[in-house]
Amino acid sequence: MAEGVRPRVKAPKSAEAGEVVVIKTLISHKMESGQRKDSDGNVIPQSIIHRFVCAFNGETVLDVEMHPAISTNPYFEFEATVPEAGDFEFTWYDDDGSVYEDKKSVSVG
Amino acid sequence: MDFTRRETLVIGGATAVAVTLPMPAMASAVDEKINEFTGGADVAEGGVELDAPEIAENGNTVPIEVSAEGASAIMVLAAGNPTPGVATFNFGPLAGAQRAKTRIRLAGTQDVVAVAKMADGSFAKTQKTVKVTIGGCGG
Repeated sequence: MAEGVRPRVKAPKSAEAGEVVVIKTLISHKMESGQRKDSDGNVIPQSIIHRFVCAFNGETVLDVEMHPAISTNPYFEFEATVPEAGDFEFTWYDDDGSVYEDKKSVSVG
Repeated sequence: MDFTRRETLVIGGATAVAVTLPMPAMASAVDEKINEFTGGADVAEGGVELDAPEIAENGNTVPIEVSAEGASAIMVLAAGNPTPGVATFNFGPLAGAQRAKTRIRLAGTQDVVAVAKMADGSFAKTQKTVKVTIGGCGG
């Protein structure tokens, strides 16, 4: 189930050097747990996003390993340090091999 | 089919074992996960904060927040779910604070466990009971 996946990220456009900013991310995804059954009683196979990484200019901010107990449309809120101007890179890894990416630029000053 | 007294006792005993087994087995699934994470090291109580609602009306999306100052990673487990793993947060060098919020699924009323790996290699643990009333009206 990889259709209709849309990442949404809320990050500030500018910050002071060294400032700690709050980042919120949400990605639309069914996060099929592998525990549910369809109307015929067959188990629906697991299909989730199993990893989420946020990096700034290549340096890791947060790396999350996810299991089926993460809710539909995985949401994360966390804090990141902005040492200089650059880009936040957000990457989600799907069980089916898809990789979803988003990028947010931050200016300093 | 007739059972002698001796056979009946054996069957009864076996049933008792079979009935009592699942509970420790469930607990050990969580312990196993913790052991895997800590590598068998001692885990101290406290030092990590877990914020979760006391009563969650909808078990499909329960907001939680974990934080532990100076942690390099925090693992969250749901003791009463079919599989206890929830998520492991690994904080990188640019993490502004060792804190993260997310939303999780809980199969029913149960303990949510957070285990933090501190920068000095020690481990801390905390847990919180969350009451889940799926489809209820807040009871």
